Amino acid sequence: MCRLSAITSSDYFSPMENIHALETMKEGHDGSGLGLMLKDMAGPFADYKQYPTLSAICSNKGLGMLEGYMKAQGFIEKFSWEPPIKNVPGVERREHYIAKVYDYPARYKDRPKAEQEDLLMHTRLALRLMGEPDGSLFVFSFYPDVLTLKEVGDPLQLGEFFGIEKSGIKSRIVLAQGRQNTNYAIYLYACHPFFIQGYATMTNGENTAFVPIREFLTGRGNEGYTGYNSDSEVFTHIMHYTNRTLGYPLPYYKDIITPMKDAEIEKRSDGAALRLLKKSLRPLCIDGPNCVIGFTPDGTVFMVQDSKKLRPGAVGGKAGKYALMSEVCGVDSASPDRDKSTDIFPMKYDMVIIAPGAQEVQVWNQLHG
Amino acid sequence: MESASRLDKNHQLSLKELPYIVQWREDRCTRCGRCTAVCPMKSIEATVYTQRVVSSEGSGPEPKVSRRLTQVVRQVTDIDRYCIGCGTCTLVCPTDAIFPEYNFQHKLYHVKNKGGIPFMRGGRRNDPSQSTLDKLKFTRISMLTDPALDAGRHEFRIRTLLGRNLPAEQLPLTVQGDKLIAAAGSFVPPVREIYPIRIGSMSIGALSPHMWEGLAMGITYLNEVEGLPVVMCSGEGGMPPSILKSRYMKYFILQIASGYFGWDEIIRALPDMIEDPAAIEIKYGQGAKPGDGGLLQAYKVLGRIAKIRGVPQFVDLASPPTHQTKYSIEEAVAKMIQSMSMAWGFRVPVYPKISGTKTARAVLNNLARNPYAAALCIDGEDGGTGAAYNVSMDKMGHPIASNIRDCYLDLVKQGKQNELPLIAAGGVGKGGNLAANAAALIMLGASAVDTGKYMMQAAAGCFGDEYNRCNVCNLGKCPRGITTQDPKLYRRLDPDKVAERVVEVFKAADVELKKIFAPLGRSTELPIGMSDALGVNDKEIADRLQISYVC
Repeated sequence: MCRLSAITSSDYFSPMENIHALETMKEGHDGSGLGLMLKDMAGPFADYKQYPTLSAICSNKGLGMLEGYMKAQGFIEKFSWEPPIKNVPGVERREHYIAKVYDYPARYKDRPKAEQEDLLMHTRLALRLMGEPDGSLFVFSFYPDVLTLKEVGDPLQLGEFFGIEKSGIKSRIVLAQGRQNTNYAIYLYACHPFFIQGYATMTNGENTAFVPIREFLTGRGNEGYTGYNSDSEVFTHIMHYTNRTLGYPLPYYKDIITPMKDAEIEKRSDGAALRLLKKSLRPLCIDGPNCVIGFTPDGTVFMVQDSKKLRPGAVGGKAGKYALMSEVCGVDSASPDRDKSTDIFPMKYDMVIIAPGAQEVQVWNQLHG
Repeated sequence: MESASRLDKNHQLSLKELPYIVQWREDRCTRCGRCTAVCPMKSIEATVYTQRVVSSEGSGPEPKVSRRLTQVVRQVTDIDRYCIGCGTCTLVCPTDAIFPEYNFQHKLYHVKNKGGIPFMRGGRRNDPSQSTLDKLKFTRISMLTDPALDAGRHEFRIRTLLGRNLPAEQLPLTVQGDKLIAAAGSFVPPVREIYPIRIGSMSIGALSPHMWEGLAMGITYLNEVEGLPVVMCSGEGGMPPSILKSRYMKYFILQIASGYFGWDEIIRALPDMIEDPAAIEIKYGQGAKPGDGGLLQAYKVLGRIAKIRGVPQFVDLASPPTHQTKYSIEEAVAKMIQSMSMAWGFRVPVYPKISGTKTARAVLNNLARNPYAAALCIDGEDGGTGAAYNVSMDKMGHPIASNIRDCYLDLVKQGKQNELPLIAAGGVGKGGNLAANAAALIMLGASAVDTGKYMMQAAAGCFGDEYNRCNVCNLGKCPRGITTQDPKLYRRLDPDKVAERVVEVFKAADVELKKIFAPLGRSTELPIGMSDALGVNDKEIADRLQISYVC
């Protein structure tokens, strides 16, 4: 089972807190990798919050391709950052781990936000397409105020490898995922968290309905619904599709991936809408076992379970800082001095929603809407 | 020198030409006459032979030859009375003295065209080999990395949708505050939630009254007592007005076919109908006999059937091979779908049924763009029929597995796989594996499956098989009373027992579906298109269906 560690806070904190939480949840060997996604950053990125940050791993050749392409598209580089890499035994170092901040091409500067976001996604996908055949370039995210770091290895060692403490990077939201030892031959694009236009999710468990969901998403006419090197990537895209494309309020994500029984739907004030959704979005229904944790573009963080709650998940903390973890020992690590009696263990109907600023935890119950 | 009588028999058939040779045990036979009385083909008859008897009565061997007359049961070699192997004789024999044995060397097809009339029969394609559906296995088993579900403990929802599902972008929804509100009065196409295994179209007329009633009672019980929303299709030929006007109508799909038989009565009943039918099926083709219309031979057009269909008695009822009004799919088919929709105020899903064909994708692509088309039913070559030419059944048609897969993948390309459900038919349960075949077709992309022949075999003991056993559904001589309008025959069939078996069959299939879906980790929604769960030990089939090759 993968380990999930998310923290949302009103203050900036180091992603090492997430890595330490992952370490407490570790069971046996784990060299399969770490994915870190930071949102709302301080440190070296503090002055560039409104500009899109491109997170990538590349070879010298890939870096040349990237820079050439970005220049040709009219992006203007404002800042470039590489983590202070420290060689660690067991982690194979690649040539470049980079985050580049760009200003939009002149013709896009005054375009609506949605169009700018489309440009960023299109650019990310174009770079991916260029670099994927020979593995010279991996691009994980390209969005304002979002940074992604991924590599194969033990999470704690990777924290050292990336020089997280030394780098001074901090943020208000961090998603971190460590893969357990049932995974092998890890491909970087299969590493969580996954990202698309401000939405990110990470998941543990297998997604048994993966193929029908993937086929449904790829038919939506959105070029961003691609990749799927992991069966969990669909969770990010379902959120993007329902919340951004269809414009449904956030909790409907739960209604779509785990639709209720008809008798339960009848009792909801929006039952008529739910009945329609259940039919029209039938292929997006999951069967688990999955716990999904993610954030939306506005900085809302959420946790949701499959309809049988076949995976663990715990939420705890105090006003100003909350941890959403796949195991309660991870919450203990991130928030040791909290009142444990207020811990939340979301059940099959629940969706935990924490608004930006992390002042309170809202548990939305599907039965009541 | 040959005798004249021998020369006279030169143009007669020998038993070795016949598909079934009746084995009769003289020592066991009590000459009760039941077998000859019950034989639907009059293939056996009581007759008298002269028997040579050698006896010795003295203390030493003193053989004496005498002759005596003895009664025997003899198989006739008249091709019009050939033994069909039904085994009704065996069923009624009190001493197990008689049974028909399949003759692999038979030459039935060489000779069964007397009068220049090709061999006609009922049943389905006479191919006893393992079907593609039976070769498919479910190989994605949830193990330690993801807990398998428990078929006995977890809650399963084995249902499917029949009807056009609007794409989410077209739903009449608005966001008000943090809620989605469905706009009142907006048209949303009708969609029924049904059980994914349906009873396919078998008409009143093709089936005996007792068989049809048994099926109807069975599905009613399943719906109202067992909570399984199983629906069945009327086939062409209408339905009795008493059912048309009843509350049970919602469990039936009304079929309209190229002969429009029965639709006078349906239209007349329309104002008095208190429930809408589950759906309307427009039959454009039938998998068992592509290119042929429905056929009810005169033997079966008796009083009640003639009345329901609005025709005289004792005439062949041949529906045209195609709808006479069908000059183009773009216009005529669209109009027919709209007309039928309009007749029920757009409250009933209307969909076409075609026979499996290489051109199915063209039909599909048209329907995908017709917002009133509620589904597409494709009937593969292993579908059954009450009457057709043997050549149509054995040599015409398209297997369902690759046909449904191609169509599903076409819909996937267009992003319409949820919008237009595919219904697969033809050979589902042919080898007795109803649930496994249904599940395989669902994972290839079908939203639902139809089964007909299997129901006759499982619920009423139909003798028919792929060795051409029985298969005289066309002649009205069904020895089980399933496909006949002769009261002497159909009174053998107890409709209550048929209904009981229908219920048992569906309850068992439901358990089996759970036993398949649970280890795959699926329970909440039907695993439509979950092709990663399928594997097959045949590379060419695997490649064709785009599933895993396993060995």
